[in-house]
Formats: sequence, structure tokens, C-alpha cells
Amino acid sequence: MTSQIDVENIDAGYDELQVLNQVSFSLQPGQIGCMLGPSGCGKTTVLRAIAGFEPVWRGRILIDEVEVSSRKKFLVPEKRNIGMVFQDFALFPHLKVEDNVRFGLKGMDRKQQHGRVQEMLAIVGMPAYAKAYPHQLSGGQQQRIALARALAPRPSVLLLDEPFSNMDAEMREQLAREVRSILKQENNTAILVTHDQNEAFAMADQICVMNEGSIQQQGSGYELYHEPVNRFVADFIGQGVILPATVEGENTVRTDLGVIAGSHSITDPPGEMVDVLIRPDDVVHDDESSESAIVVEKAFRGADFLYHLRMDSGIEVMCLAPSHHNHKINERIGIRLNVDHLVTFSRN
Amino acid sequence: MQRFWEPGVLLLAILFSLPIFTVVSFVLHPANDVWQHLLDTVLTEYLLNSALLMLGVALGTLVIGVGCAWLTSVCLFPGKRLFAWAMLLPLAFPAYIIAYTYTGMLDFAGPLQSWIRAGTGWGVRDYYFPEVRSLGGAVTMFSLVLYPYVYLLARAAFLEQSICVLEVSRTLGCSVWASFYRVALPLARPAIVAGLSLALMETLADYGTVAYFGLGVFTTGIFRTWFGLGDGAAAAKLASILLLFVFTLIVIERWSRQRARYHHATNRYSALPQYRLRGYRAVLAFSACFLPLLLGFLLPAYQLALWAIETYADMVDASFLQLTFHSLELAASAALLAVVLALFLAYGKRMLGSKVVNASIRIVATGYALPGTVIAVGVIIPFAWFDNSVDSLMREHYGFSSGLLLSGSLFALMFAYMVRFLAVSIQAVESGLSKIKPSMDDAARSLSYRPGEILMRVHLPLMKGTVLTALLIVFVDVMKELPATLILRPFNFNTLAVRAFELASDERLADSSTAALMIVAVGLGPVILLSHSISASRAGS
Repeated sequence: MTSQIDVENIDAGYDELQVLNQVSFSLQPGQIGCMLGPSGCGKTTVLRAIAGFEPVWRGRILIDEVEVSSRKKFLVPEKRNIGMVFQDFALFPHLKVEDNVRFGLKGMDRKQQHGRVQEMLAIVGMPAYAKAYPHQLSGGQQQRIALARALAPRPSVLLLDEPFSNMDAEMREQLAREVRSILKQENNTAILVTHDQNEAFAMADQICVMNEGSIQQQGSGYELYHEPVNRFVADFIGQGVILPATVEGENTVRTDLGVIAGSHSITDPPGEMVDVLIRPDDVVHDDESSESAIVVEKAFRGADFLYHLRMDSGIEVMCLAPSHHNHKINERIGIRLNVDHLVTFSRN
Repeated sequence: MQRFWEPGVLLLAILFSLPIFTVVSFVLHPANDVWQHLLDTVLTEYLLNSALLMLGVALGTLVIGVGCAWLTSVCLFPGKRLFAWAMLLPLAFPAYIIAYTYTGMLDFAGPLQSWIRAGTGWGVRDYYFPEVRSLGGAVTMFSLVLYPYVYLLARAAFLEQSICVLEVSRTLGCSVWASFYRVALPLARPAIVAGLSLALMETLADYGTVAYFGLGVFTTGIFRTWFGLGDGAAAAKLASILLLFVFTLIVIERWSRQRARYHHATNRYSALPQYRLRGYRAVLAFSACFLPLLLGFLLPAYQLALWAIETYADMVDASFLQLTFHSLELAASAALLAVVLALFLAYGKRMLGSKVVNASIRIVATGYALPGTVIAVGVIIPFAWFDNSVDSLMREHYGFSSGLLLSGSLFALMFAYMVRFLAVSIQAVESGLSKIKPSMDDAARSLSYRPGEILMRVHLPLMKGTVLTALLIVFVDVMKELPATLILRPFNFNTLAVRAFELASDERLADSSTAALMIVAVGLGPVILLSHSISASRAGS
């Protein structure tokens, strides 16, 4: 299958400052990708480079197999057939909702335009607001109009720049799922930029975790959580602690909590000290267990408790326990490890 | 094209700051005999009068401005909604026009004193009547037309205050009035100080009023030294001292505006509490607002209208029409030029945003505080130098005299207007441009629009209102401007403002009224615009 968008080894930056370093990824038609990373990691620069708002220093970008950015070629944004949803939505305040959505439909006749506008408003669930002005809408409604406006000209790729960051925390995931279903409905290819992993998980098929200008790991949310390739990804995605361990065999290590076996082979030789990633769901509360730890902190989260526990060695771990296991601070509880994915990092 | 933008902005900044630097350079200029003479005789008087004038105007504008702002923002009394915007009307009066209107009303032969004498049968020396043409009179005149600056900013500050802050103070045991003194007033203080500095800048910049009242202050001193003693260097030295006062005010104003941002307590607005006033309190509140309006606008406007009805048939002739045309022509072209330059500067800042551009714009924007007399001095000196240099060069090499090229030309006058009023248009255009977020440009480009199309389809419709506002404000300011026009206009080139001032100075008060009334009528334009935005906007609602 041919890809809808190809980003090949791009470097980019502002003035003297290099922001992107050898960034590569590609998306198939209908796929939703996500650039996920902390602020300043360069994720927005990737988006702006694809849109044509920033040039690339090296490497190239292809949309629909046509080169749009490279050192030799630069297609201006208005010729790239992209759609973009901005952090502040950037709706035109002097235009009604329907005129905002119609704005990008230049080649069509009046009747076709009207039909497409109605269609888009129906898709985003706002047909009643055609005559309203942007300032009369709530943030969530403005967001949908911005989406409708960007999708109306049927762009090859839709770019979404932190589109939910102006929303209430409770609304974000829901909106992300809504947007995903709208995009899937029309089989759009899209790239989302966000710093919020829950948004990324809710929306994207493929996530690129970025840090300091380069992609650390690409994969699904599941892969990033359970099989992080480096400490940055392990730390950035989900919660967890790092435990010291000694390599025992080809795919086993020994920790204070016992021996853990994994399915992948470990590169470090036996006897070497390594670090092991322990997620809260790897630590199971078990009264029968011989290992125990003291509750240092606990957070009630509805269906479960997240316990911070201190073991006798002084090392702290986190434990996700069903919510009917209500223990007091300073109480000693039994725990055991149940690690499905062994993740180890070399010490050097 | 962007390559030319930065040098262009820089060039404008250098050009328009030339008058300031010229005048400032005279601080260090060695003193001559005339200067020594001024130092020995009048400088103390200028300093003292200027200080007293500022002190009096500060007191007057504070009492009227803050008082009325508080009443119209949190009290309920008959006429409150009307007063909220009508309090701005005196802004339409240039101080020099209200000054001679009152002189006409209150002097010995005027209607009030005649009425007193007719009623009592008193003679000339039988009673005391305060002299309008005095320092106290000038303070009153300035206070009456300049209080709206304080009113405007104080009211905005009161309205922006969090209702919670006021309510907290009530729960902590403050009465309505105590919460005003202890909470609302301190919170609004930076805004009030900013408004006050603007009013004082106008006071320092005035020439017409003090000249008409015969007060020795810096602006009249500069005129006298230049045209009376014929000494440009000493006049420039006086101007440089006046600039020190002005710069102090600019610093205070900018600093206060910055602090005002931090005193902005909340972004959540709810309807302000309204204290309903009844009985004598309502009457007091009504009078407190009505009196400044009556004295600062209604009464002088009425008097001007009476005079104009009486004299317009004699005054409106071909020459009057010509000077009206001159005024309109000057004001319109200055407004157009100011807006075009402001657009150039503001877009430069938006696109480049470099330090050079930002600093240049800040320098250009200082002009709004400069008195017209100072600018005139700062324009004449370099222009005359240029004319003389070219002239002597021509004589030397080609044997003919090129005469005055720039001095005394409309170009010099227009240049001075730009120095003074460019700041006004820049401010308006920048505030309009700030509403067009850069992401809107990006959004339009991602929707297949070229930059030129974006300018037409997005920027033009969004900027229309602010550009028109900028045009209007500069237009009106130029119509009202007196001292720079008086000094720099070409020989025998009259405007409405100059004509009104000349007639009044010749004690032909009634004859000057038609020109004066036209200036006031035009001046109402921006006031109405301001009032409209005041009555239409209440943050958050």
C-alpha cells in the first residue's frame, strides 16, 4: 500500500537553533498518527514543517507521494492540500459558522459549497449553528467548527495542533474519541500533536514519542506502555518505578521482590546490574505473599487504589489494588510481582 | 519585500525622533546671553507657574474624574446611564476654546457681570469678581476639559475589579464607602495615575489657553523667546527643560500601566453590585455628575452657539470657507498618512518582531506626549539647517539661491503632525492587528489562500473598524492642534484653529465662535465613538 504521508529524516529549526533531528515516520491512508512529547520537544515543528510553515534543513516530506519539502523544493502551504486545526481554533471572528466552513471550498459552485457545508456541520453535529458567529459558541463547539472547516475541502492530511489543550480535563478524552470517530467515518489521514498521553491513546493508531527533537519510539499505546525502548519513554508514558536487579539468565533477573522472567532475551551478561521497570499493575496485592511492604501514600481512584509502598530495603514501588482493598497509611500489606513484560535498561 | 521592511521602519524611527533629539541636545548647549537673561528674570516664574498649574489640574481632574467614575460604575441614581458616557463630552473642547468662551461669559462686559450689576445697581468698583484670566482660571479650565482622561481609566478600572474583592471587604466589616477607600481605590490607583499623567501631559502641551491668559509658562516662554527675542537656541533650551517634565510623566504613565495589569484581579466577571441611592444622596450624586458636564460642555457649547448665531452671517465668507477647506485638507491628509505609516510599522512588527523594529516603534510612539511647541522647535532647527546648507551650496557652485525648501512648507507641518500623532494611529492599528492571531493566517493558508488573498479576505474585514477609528482620531487631533500649526504653517496659511485663536486674541470672541464651534463639533466624533464603546461594553457580559 502507498503511504499518504512520508517524513524522511528531516532536520529543521529556527535561525541557528536546530529543533528537529532525523525525524522519520509515515502514515497509510486513513491512519491517525500522533506526535507525543513534553513541551519544547519539537512536535509542533514537525507539524508546521508538514504544513509548509517551516522549511526543512535536510531530508524530505512527501504528501500523496509528491515531494512538498526538501532542501531543493518547497511547496507553499496553500498548495499542499492539508487541513489544520489550531490550538486556539483560529476561527475567523467576522464570519458566520457556515462561512467559516465554506472558506476553504474555493473551486466549487455555490450549490456544491452549500451541500458540503451542510454535510460537514451534520458530521460534527452542529447543523443548528450555521448562522451563529464563533464568539457565540462554547470552546467545544468552536473546536468542532474548526474541525469541520479543516475537513471540508477533503485534505490529504489533517493536522491537529494541541486541539484539546483549551478544554476541560474531563472533556478532552471524550472529544478525542469523538474526533477519532469523525475522522474514521470519512477515512481521513491525520496527525495529532499533544503532550497528553491519554489523548494520544484515545485517538491515535500510531504514536511517535518525541524528546529533544528526535523520535524516541514509534508504536501503539500498548507497545509504548509495556515495551518502552528507553528510560525516557518508560518515564514519560504511564507510571512506574525503576528497581535495581541482577541478570540471572538469558531472560531472567533477580530483584528484591523475587525473580522475574521475560520473553525477550537480555543483552547484558549474567551477574550484571541492570534496572527494571515496574509498573503499578505489575505489583499485585496478595495477603498470602511472603513479601510485604508498608503503605506510604494512597490515592483512591474509584475502581482501584494506587498505593505507594516502601519495602524493607527502603525501595518504593507502586501497586494498583482493587478498590475494596482499603488499607491505612503505615499498614503492612503483602505483595507479589506479576510481570507480563520484562523491561530492563543497562546501567551504562 | 521583507528585506526592505526593517530598514524602512528604522528610517522612519530616525526621521520622526529627529525633533526630540534636536531639542534634547540643547540641554548641553552652552548658555548664551539671552539664556542668562531668561535665567535671571523669568525662568523661576515659568517653573513655579508650571508646577502650580500641574498641581491644581491634578487635584481638579482627580476629584472630578475619580468621583464621577465611582458614582457611574457602582451607584444607581437617576441619569446614571446617561452620565456614564456623557461625562466624556468635555473632551470635545480644546482647552483654549473653553478658556476664551468663559472669558467672554465672565468678564466685565459679559452676561453674568452685566446681570449682577443690573440686578443690584452696583458700579464697577462696588463688588469683587474673580478674574478668569489667571492661574486659578487656567486650572479650572484645564480641569473641566481634561478630567475625562482620569474618568475614563478610573471607570474602566472600577468595572474590571472583581466583585468578590469588594464583597470580601464587606464581609470583613467595611461599609460601602470604606470599601471604596480601602479596596477599590487602591486597586484602581495605577489606572488613575495613568489617566492623570495623560491629563498633565495635555496641560504641559497647551499653548492656546496660557497664551490667552497671559501666563508665563514654558510653552509661552518658548514662543516669546523665539519670536520676541529671536533666539532659537534659548527657545530650544527652554523646550528641553519642558521635555524633562514630559519624560517624567511618560515614565510614570508607562510604569502605572504596567502595574495596572497586575492589579487586574480577575478574569471572571459578574454584574457589579449597584448601590441604589435615594433622597438627598441621589440628588447629590446627580449634581456631582451634572455640574462638570454643565460647566465643561453644555454651558460653553450653548454660549458658542449663541455667539455663532449672532455672527456667522458676517464671518462665513469666501476666506472662511477657504480656511475650513485648509483644515479639512490638512486633517484628512495627515490622518491618511498617519494610518498608512502606522500600518507599515505595525505589520513590520508583526512579521519581523525584531528588537530593532520594536524599539523603533517605541521611540516613534513617544511623540504623543510632546508639546506642539517643542515639536515645532525640534522641526524648525534641523529643517532650517538643511535649507541653509543647500542654499549656500547652491550659491557657491551655481550662483543662485535655493531659498527655503522645507521650512515654512506644508511638508514641515505634516512632518510635525506625524511626530505628534503617529503614536495615536499606531496604537489603534496595533490593537486591531492583535485581534488577528497569527494562527488565523496559518489557517487561511492551510485552506488554500495566498498571502494577498488573506489580506483581503481576513485582515481587511477585521481591520476596517480600527483603521477607521485611527483615521477619525488623528483627523480630529489635527483639526484641534494649535501651537505647531501656528509656528510651522506656511505664510498666510490659516486653519480653523489658528483663526479662532487669532480672533479671540484680538478680543473678537463672538467672531471666533463659528470656527470654534466647528472644531468642537468635529471633536465630538471620537467622543461619540468612545461613549458608544463604553455603553456597549461591559467586560464579560
